[in-house]
Amino acid sequence: MGKYIELNASNFDETIKDGVVLVDFWAPWCGPCRMIAPIIDELAEEYEGKAKICKVNTDEEQDIAIRFGIRSIPTILFFKDGQLADQMVGAASKDVFKQKLDALLG
Amino acid sequence: MLDLAIVGGGPAGLTAGLYATRGGLKDVVMFEKGMPGGQITQSSEVENYPGVCEVVTGMELMECWPKQCMKFGLKHEMEEVKRIVRECNGTFTLELLSGGKVQAKAVIVATGSTPRRAGFEGEDEFFGKGVSTCATCDGFFYKDKEVAVLGGGDTALEEAIYLSNICSKVYLIHRRDSFRAAPATVERAKNNPKIEFILNATVKKAYGDVMGLQGLILEQKDKEIDLKVPGIFVFVGMNVNNEVLKQEDGSFLCSVNQWGEVIVDLRMRTDVPGLFAAGDIREHASKQVVCAAGDGATAAINAIGYIEHIGEVKPC
Repeated sequence: MGKYIELNASNFDETIKDGVVLVDFWAPWCGPCRMIAPIIDELAEEYEGKAKICKVNTDEEQDIAIRFGIRSIPTILFFKDGQLADQMVGAASKDVFKQKLDALLG
Repeated sequence: MLDLAIVGGGPAGLTAGLYATRGGLKDVVMFEKGMPGGQITQSSEVENYPGVCEVVTGMELMECWPKQCMKFGLKHEMEEVKRIVRECNGTFTLELLSGGKVQAKAVIVATGSTPRRAGFEGEDEFFGKGVSTCATCDGFFYKDKEVAVLGGGDTALEEAIYLSNICSKVYLIHRRDSFRAAPATVERAKNNPKIEFILNATVKKAYGDVMGLQGLILEQKDKEIDLKVPGIFVFVGMNVNNEVLKQEDGSFLCSVNQWGEVIVDLRMRTDVPGLFAAGDIREHASKQVVCAAGDGATAAINAIGYIEHIGEVKPC
């Protein structure tokens, strides 16, 4: 069973440096973040071995949020081989996330 | 074929599901793209839901709703409905964003509403990069900073008060000098030393760089004000989410009023048999959780009656 990767200051760069990576910036008090939480869980299962599905708790990892200029949550960043390739702000349906991931997986 | 499809998983959709399943319907599915709860989960405080005596956050209020509402067999599909179409035998087809199709004998539309954009220059460009519609989500990023709030309704003033607990200063920008918000809320905001009112003013444009918003140009009578704030929270009303009712030719499946709100009777029936609407999407909605929940119950009770009445569905 695939599970999302919890990112923090010590594993962030190492995790995003290769392959396709989705990073969900969230916080416990954020309604729309909670709304997409089960979508992230499902994506982690469906894309196991294909893309890394990750989460950053912006409350605990403020430096990572500042580094990427996060000012709204949820913000979802998509990386390919360490480069920021796409991003979106706010809740969306699973199909929208899948389209973006599939486009990057090529 | 489903007995009943419910589109939307906020207070109206959840309550409709509870009443429909507890009332005996077997195949009832609620379509909601993610975790149910709805827009109220973004509210910083709720103190007017009867029976909940403490002041709670919207998220706390909705905490156990999905569990309670699914206790009698309501199913939740994490799918986004793109369009609802009526078939020649009176049933409905729900076209899903994922490409699938679902048939149902009756449908309750409870898609709610979305915060409206104010329409100033740069609003879309800096959305999520300084422009926000959710103070509970994003207020944290402006700790000890100055922010602006745009609007004069209850939400604008309540969220300005919420932000004043986090931010060093809150500028409340409103295009008039009177407020739609409840007098008690206006008084609380006026007595708050961290809230400064900028009245009879509008936002002309937002400016910034790649890292986000840096300030706003306001227009007040014949002068311009340069307000250097990294964040603005926009609360200028809501647009109803009626996209699912739009047909391929651009018309609506049922009658809507001039604002696109669905016209219903006291049983939450639209002018299409078997199609009901509940919550913020309907005309004259009070846009309160308790009213949305009541609508959901009313719609479900009448949907049960409708499904019993039509009996067996004939093929087209």
